[in-house]
Amino acid sequence: MLKDITLGQYFPVESVLHRMDPRFKIVEIMLFIVILFAGDSFWILALGTVFVMLAQRLSNIPMKMIWKSIKPILPILAITAILNLLFIDDGDVLFQWKILKITEGGITTSLFMMIRIVLLIIGSSLLTYTTSPILLTDAIESLLSPLKKIKFPVHEMAMMMSIALRFIPTLLEETDKIMSAQKARGATLDNGKLTERVKALVPILIPLFVSAFRRAEELATAMECRCYRGGDGRTRLRKLKAEARDYIGFAVCMLFLTASVLMNILIK
Amino acid sequence: MSVIVDAKHLVFRYQETTDEDQSPKQTEPVLKDVSLSIEKGSFVAVLGHNGSGKSTFAKHINAILIPDEGKMYVEGMDTSDEQNLFAIRQKAGMVFQNPDNQIVATIVEEDVAFAPENLGIAPEEIRRRVDDALKAVKMYDYRKHAPTQLSGGQKQRVAIAGVIAMQPDCIVLDEPTAMLDPQGRQEVMETIRRLNREKGITVILITHYMEEAAQSDRIVVIDGGKVLLDDVPKKVFSQVETLKSVGLDVPQVTELAYLLSREGISIEQDIITSEECVAALEQLLR
Repeated sequence: MLKDITLGQYFPVESVLHRMDPRFKIVEIMLFIVILFAGDSFWILALGTVFVMLAQRLSNIPMKMIWKSIKPILPILAITAILNLLFIDDGDVLFQWKILKITEGGITTSLFMMIRIVLLIIGSSLLTYTTSPILLTDAIESLLSPLKKIKFPVHEMAMMMSIALRFIPTLLEETDKIMSAQKARGATLDNGKLTERVKALVPILIPLFVSAFRRAEELATAMECRCYRGGDGRTRLRKLKAEARDYIGFAVCMLFLTASVLMNILIK
Repeated sequence: MSVIVDAKHLVFRYQETTDEDQSPKQTEPVLKDVSLSIEKGSFVAVLGHNGSGKSTFAKHINAILIPDEGKMYVEGMDTSDEQNLFAIRQKAGMVFQNPDNQIVATIVEEDVAFAPENLGIAPEEIRRRVDDALKAVKMYDYRKHAPTQLSGGQKQRVAIAGVIAMQPDCIVLDEPTAMLDPQGRQEVMETIRRLNREKGITVILITHYMEEAAQSDRIVVIDGGKVLLDDVPKKVFSQVETLKSVGLDVPQVTELAYLLSREGISIEQDIITSEECVAALEQLLR
C-alpha cells in the first residue's frame, strides 16, 4: 500500500529530454518560472504554453502522467482563483452582491494565476519525470559547487539527499511492517477521533525512528569500510557532460526569454 | 603461502555505556587473547554462538575496531596506525549482515562504483571495475536496476560486488546469509566460493550455519573471546561434544554419524557433506 507512493516520480522512457544534461534542465526550468511570473501579458503565457507543449512532445511523457501531476493541485488552483476573483478590486465592476464584488481586473488576474500555476507544475514535473533522483542530486551538487569556496558543504548536502532518496522505499516498507505488527497487537489506526489517531501514530513512529537510527549507524560503518572520506579527492563514475542538444535547448530558452522581455516592453 | 591477516594476542573490550548515576566500570573483555594467522587465498570460516566475539574479531580485520592490547596486522600493516587506515580497508573489504543497510546508491552500478569513487580512481577505470565486479557476482544484467527491486540474495551479491570493485585481497563477510532465504543463501555461498577459487581472494566467513562452515578450508571456533578450535572442517566437526558444550551444532550429517556410532554402528566420524554421508550409509547397508 505505502509502497505505491512514488517520490521523485521519475518516468523512465527514452527521449531527448531524458538525455539532456540535468544541470541545464534545472537552470532552464528556473528561467521559465521567472518568465512566467514576471511577464504580465497573455501573449507571454501563450508562448509559455507553446513552450511547455513542445517540451512535453520531446519528453515522450504521456498526457495521462501530466494530468496526474496537475490533479492534486486542483483544489489549490480553485482557491487561488476564487481569492483573486473576490479580493482584487481593479477596473469595471461586473457583479456586486453585498460586500462581494467581482471586477474585470479580478477575472484577468485569477485567469493569469491559474495558467501560471498550471504551467509551473507541468514544467517542473517534466523535470522530475525526465530526470532520475540521483541525476538531480548530481546536478544540484554541480550547480552549487561554487559555494564550496565559502565553505558550504555542497558534497555532504548532496550525499545526504541521495541517501535520503535511497532509503525512502526501505523505510516505507518498514512502516508498513510496523503498522501490520501493531494492528496484529490490536492497535486501531484508521478510526477514532483526530487526537486518538495522532496518539495511535506514536507506537509506529517510535520503532521506526529506532530502526532508522540503527540503519544509519550500520550504513555509516559500511560506508567507512568502503573508504568513504568525504568529497575531497572523490571521482565519479558518471561525469555530467553538456552536449549539442543541451546548448540548443538553452538557446531556445534564451530565445523565449528575449521574446518575453521584448513583449513586456512593447505592450507597456 | 604468505600470511594476509595476522592477529597477535588481541584483547578488546567495548566501552561500557552506563546510566548517569553509575560510575563506568571495567567490563569483561569481548576478545581475550586471540592469536590467529590467515594465509592468502584461503577460505576460513569463523564459528561461534552469539556474543562469542566473532563479529568483534571480524571488525578488527579492517580497522573498524582497534585492539586494546595486542596487534593486528593486515598484509603487514598495523591497524592501529592511522596512516594505514584506507590502505587496509581497501585490501580487506567487509560485507555485513543486512544488505539494505550497506547499499548507498539508488542504482546497482552506482552503488558498486561507490568505493572506487572514494578511492579517487579515474572514471574509465571505475567503469571497467564496476563491470568486472558485477560480472563476477553474476549481477551484470541488473546493473541499471534499483536495489529495492532485487531479492535479498541479489542485494547481498551487489554488496559483495561493491567490495570486489576495490580489488581487495581479502573479504570479510559477517554473517552475510543470516537474513536471506535458502535460495539467496545458496546464491551468496556460491558467489563466495567462486571468488575464492577463481580470483584467489582470501575469504573470512563469519557464520553460525554449520553447513556453510563445512565448505571452508579451515574452521576457527571462537568461544568466550578465545580461540577454542582451529583446524580443517573434518577435524573440527569430529569433536561433537566440545562443539555442543559451547552451544554450537555440527552439520546434520555429522550428527547422524555421531549418533549412529554411539549406538555401536561403525561409521566414519569425519562426515561433513551429504554426499559423504550417502556413500558411507550405502556402504554400511550393503
